[in-house]
Amino acid sequence: MAAKPKLWYFRGRGRMESIRWLLAAAGVEFEEEFLETREQYEKLQKDGRLLFGQVPLVEIDGMELTQTRAILSYLATKYNLHGKDPKETGFSWIESSCCFVRIDMYAEDTLDLMMMVVVAAFKPPEEKEESLASVVKKAKTQHFPVFEKILKDHGEDFLVGNKFSWADIQLLEAILMVEELDASVLSDFPLLKEFKTRTNNIPTIKKFLQPGSQRKLPPDNHYVKVVRNVLQF
Amino acid sequence: MAGKPKLHYFDARGRMEAIRWLLAAAGVEFEEKLLESSEDLDKLRHDGSLVFQQVPMVEIDGMKLVQTRAILNYIASKYDLYGKDMKERALIDMYTEGVADLGEMILLLPLCPPDQKNAKLTLIQERTTNRYLPAFEKVLKSHGQDYLVGNKLSKADIHLVELLYYVEELDPSLLANFPLLKGLKTRVSNLPAVKKFLQPGSQRKPPGTEKTLEQARKIFKF
Repeated sequence: MAAKPKLWYFRGRGRMESIRWLLAAAGVEFEEEFLETREQYEKLQKDGRLLFGQVPLVEIDGMELTQTRAILSYLATKYNLHGKDPKETGFSWIESSCCFVRIDMYAEDTLDLMMMVVVAAFKPPEEKEESLASVVKKAKTQHFPVFEKILKDHGEDFLVGNKFSWADIQLLEAILMVEELDASVLSDFPLLKEFKTRTNNIPTIKKFLQPGSQRKLPPDNHYVKVVRNVLQF
Repeated sequence: MAGKPKLHYFDARGRMEAIRWLLAAAGVEFEEKLLESSEDLDKLRHDGSLVFQQVPMVEIDGMKLVQTRAILNYIASKYDLYGKDMKERALIDMYTEGVADLGEMILLLPLCPPDQKNAKLTLIQERTTNRYLPAFEKVLKSHGQDYLVGNKLSKADIHLVELLYYVEELDPSLLANFPLLKGLKTRVSNLPAVKKFLQPGSQRKPPGTEKTLEQARKIFKF
């Protein structure tokens, strides 16, 4: 029986949270090791487990994968969240890869948005306020209108190929993240509101959204302190 | 017959150069529509050609693709430069992301305020020498093969060799202690399609100048 994937990161969202979301949405149980000291981190490096000396690190299928996007893409494909199976499309390369590429485009965009929030946590207080306000503005004016239009244009439940994918999971994660900054952010986006309700109710996601799950809290001062201490910056 | 891919960007390396390298290495002819003014960018936006209002944008196979990584992954898949299975792809992605991280630092260096430039340059040199190049040298050493993954040319090799050229432009001494990387650079540079791309008169773009930076500021309004 395959071992559970094992995640190495801090006890917080950061760059690992999208990975937790993906695994949880796919109904995959995973283990976590939390970095709390500089010594733990140095050991990982010395043992040669971090290709570029960085976390996130995910142990899965005999590999030690680092680099968030590499990990996300592997997991999405492994758990059938990366578009149509070539078999479904009769091995039409164009048909199956067009889903793949659309998912990539949308996932890249929401990841960009969420990374702004990740990075903001480490700025000095006034800059942090400004950055987070900018995230909300960008979400309202640049990112969410695009996804609202995509849903409007095809009238389907999910972003790509009428099938639940990595792109949908990340969009939900991004919506919830921005709502934490401004609860009214979806007020002009009725289809995104429906999308949110619908996706929230997917059993695996519903479970992940309950207290006691492996979902992590927004970054606080303690989290920032631990990360700065472990990574020494 | 399908038309050639058409690249929409301005006349500089920026975030489009990796795409030019990949297409060229795959032996794929492509056209370019070069943005010259902010009006050109506005036109693309108003046409609805840019999903997220940003370039790079590549017209290929009846689609208008945006997001550099999405574009690169599509091209790599199409031209068999993405490994033979999921696990090889994961390695290729991991290596590509490392290249992209260092590449991003080099890309953004010209935007650094003058008083911070030296510090940034020192950081780039340090990361190149202590983090990135050793990692790739180690990968090549571990299997002794000609290419990073699966004993076959992939996007990871192409992106890495492109980066090595930029590292060399920045500071040739940085490559000194990495014999296997130097070997990879030579080997990939000698592939016929890449050799052609490296010659003057190809669609490869030269290093950025004050002029290209000014043009970027004008077009993208920053």
